[in-house]
Amino acid sequence: MDLTLYVWRQKGPDSRGRLEEYRAKNISPDMSFLEMLDVVNEGLIKSGDEPIAFDNDCREGICGMCSQAVNGVPHGPQKKTTICQLHMRHFRDGDTIYIEPWRAKAFPVIKDLIVDRSALDRIMQSGGYVSVHTGGVPDANTVAVPKSDADAAMDAAECIGCGACVAACPNGSAMLFTAAKVAHLAKLPQGQVESSVRVCMMTDAMLNEGFGSCGNHYECQAVCPKGINVQFIAKLNREFIKAQIKK
Amino acid sequence: MILDGKCPSGPLAYKWSKHRQEMKLVNPANKRKFRIIVVGTGLAGSSAAASLGELGYNVEAFCYQDSPRRAHSIAAQGGINAAKNYPNDGDSIFRLFHDTIKGGDFRSREANVYRLAEVSNSIIDQCVAQGVPFARDYAGYLDNRSFGGAQVSRTFYARGQTGQQLLLGAYSALSRQIKAGTVRLHTRTEMLDLVIVDGEAKGVTVRDLVTGAIKTYAADAVCLCTGGYANVFYLSTNAMGNNVTAAYRAYKKGAFFANPCYTQIHPTCIPMTGNHQSKLTLMSESLRNDGRVWVSKIRGDRRPPHEIPEDERDYYLERKYPSFGNLAPRDISSRAAKEVCDEGYGVGASGRGVYLDFADAICRIGEDKIRERYGNLFEMYEKITGEDAYKQPMRMYPAPHYAMGGLWVDYNLQSNLPGLFVLGEANFSDHGANRLGASALMQGLADGYFILPYTIADYLARTKPGKVNTGRPEFIKSMEDSETLTKKLLSINGNKTVNEFHRELGSIMWEHVGMARSTESLTKALNLIPGLREEFWKNVRVTGSEAELNQELEKAGRVADFLEFGELLAIDALHRNESCGGHFRTEYQTADGEAMRDDEKFCYVAAWESKGPGRGPELHKEPLAYENVGLAVRSYK
Repeated sequence: MDLTLYVWRQKGPDSRGRLEEYRAKNISPDMSFLEMLDVVNEGLIKSGDEPIAFDNDCREGICGMCSQAVNGVPHGPQKKTTICQLHMRHFRDGDTIYIEPWRAKAFPVIKDLIVDRSALDRIMQSGGYVSVHTGGVPDANTVAVPKSDADAAMDAAECIGCGACVAACPNGSAMLFTAAKVAHLAKLPQGQVESSVRVCMMTDAMLNEGFGSCGNHYECQAVCPKGINVQFIAKLNREFIKAQIKK
Repeated sequence: MILDGKCPSGPLAYKWSKHRQEMKLVNPANKRKFRIIVVGTGLAGSSAAASLGELGYNVEAFCYQDSPRRAHSIAAQGGINAAKNYPNDGDSIFRLFHDTIKGGDFRSREANVYRLAEVSNSIIDQCVAQGVPFARDYAGYLDNRSFGGAQVSRTFYARGQTGQQLLLGAYSALSRQIKAGTVRLHTRTEMLDLVIVDGEAKGVTVRDLVTGAIKTYAADAVCLCTGGYANVFYLSTNAMGNNVTAAYRAYKKGAFFANPCYTQIHPTCIPMTGNHQSKLTLMSESLRNDGRVWVSKIRGDRRPPHEIPEDERDYYLERKYPSFGNLAPRDISSRAAKEVCDEGYGVGASGRGVYLDFADAICRIGEDKIRERYGNLFEMYEKITGEDAYKQPMRMYPAPHYAMGGLWVDYNLQSNLPGLFVLGEANFSDHGANRLGASALMQGLADGYFILPYTIADYLARTKPGKVNTGRPEFIKSMEDSETLTKKLLSINGNKTVNEFHRELGSIMWEHVGMARSTESLTKALNLIPGLREEFWKNVRVTGSEAELNQELEKAGRVADFLEFGELLAIDALHRNESCGGHFRTEYQTADGEAMRDDEKFCYVAAWESKGPGRGPELHKEPLAYENVGLAVRSYK
């Protein structure tokens, strides 16, 4: 199939960006979206132009590195699918596709479709862990964890940290990302001791990084490639209130 | 030279504890005077950096991705082994050790493997304490499943995302140290060179992938945790950015490269669909717990799978290996798949595929149970192929997946260059000629959490902290060399893209140095690779400049190294006149097509030393002694 692409090109963080038009020809429906971009890039290099820069690594939907909005939707049209796992069979011959980077105040563009998501790492550094030392821990089966709790913790822990939730949110909020970590650890006995400190530190960090507040739009859940549920945001709020009362 | 792995003496079960008693320590007040570089933030790198930071060392951690959490350990699906014996099915440290030695086709070091089995239990304890949400049973205790090459259930898992959860655990420990200020993190930074001062590893040269700036960092020791080299085959299950550059440039600086020909081809990957393919996707080995592998008994059968009656199906793994069946180890399952496809029984449009069928398991335990166990894998399969594996069997074909070979290290994980430590997939030490499923996660975390923190102290205690700084001529030269290389790549301005070269190299490697190798095919590869390399340096086109984010330049540097490394891999494969594990030489097989080892001549680690450009590498041998397990023909029948 043949496609028309409008791709965001931006030389660097301080330059002005704009949408450029490209043709993608002879695209096989079995290609992934990024393989389609590979084909376009090979053509650009051959003709002496600079290829489109975009983040990607594992190309199997787990590393969270790929970050493109397709026709305005982070990770594109298919539910629960990262852009690297989106295949061209979901498009039609002659389609026009708009490809843009994540748009959020806290994610400055580095080049073309590549953004800086280190703010998410700093939220994690503020308290997204159990402060356990290497060694000196009890046998793994010392504490039984109800299966339902372990499963719920896993549902939250599946977050791949791609930032689509932020890009989709009208407020550019990182609430779902932060909530996923808070809820994952709050659901497990190992996370209890620090639960109050954790939720306060992480929400503080989130606000300091320039992310907006949650307005219950639920766009985050709609685009999350792992289907992380907005109920975890409620869990974060509950944890937060609990922590405030304790104070 | 005969190499010494420096394994401690004494009975196997006491070697590690004895060694820990004998190693030197660095006192807490002195630890902060030492600086340690950790390159790579996968399971090995993150766990090492976190543990070292926690002990009080100053750590500089580097990764090429935008966050440590994106390292390719994240993609490991199935699980992590440990000798907990929770299911009460007869497991023990010795049995895990024995299975791993046997799985590795008797080409790994006994002492290392035993230590690995020994610390495996601590890893599970550690991860649970970190909040890793492992699968649990209804009583709330940890659940296990089976993996290839074992007859016990010893694999702990977190759905089909065990690697992700373990890496996030290590990443959280690392994040905690970054906040504490003991670890300084450098993301989007790639190592270009190892700096050697007076014969010891004392620093690295790196490129900031955002600004393009080339910088040097000095330290008291360097740890490479930079993963494997399966991308030498171009198409593999590795991430796009995975490369051999850090390890290979250390090799060029004098570190020995051990057993490069031991590469693992994973039996269950989604078959390729066309030339556009950029990578192959693995489907966890755990699927073989419930899936049955088969092909039609009729050559070139084009009927859809549901129209092929039961008695016309060949469940060839169950037929050939009745006691292990579908859970035969990876090397054996891969070769068996290749064989049936070579004979014309392959399925799918290309004929390079076999079925992995869940119909029986769905009948037995229901679709819901299968969904609970493998839901995310079935979804992933559906996304890539557009097929529903609950309704029709998956199509699978082997693909390059893991590198058992790597930089040579002694028992302390130290290379022949003092001060250079190599962890995880980047070293060669624990998996012999074939790695068992769920053992890579175990090794990465064992090295980082529980081995390196002890062994590095033994080295540091013998050195003076802060001995060198980046003003030394060695650092300046390394930086200049890296800049020259970068400029050279950009100046060629030829007609072929980096990807085209990589793809060509990959097809040479897959065709001639892949699942089955022969003197003839290897000689051919050794003729073809230098020609391609020469063409690369005359005709590659790298767009853009060095002073910016330039992904083509990054790729070009990596492919330049693969073009040299591929040759080393083929040289090693040609010298090893035997078949063992993942290294299968068609001349050396038994009457029924199994790998035939030659323990008389090849029971050693082949460690290659670079002799500089234009000269072949020199072989050094580390003999392998088996004192606790008898060398035997590996049988899974």
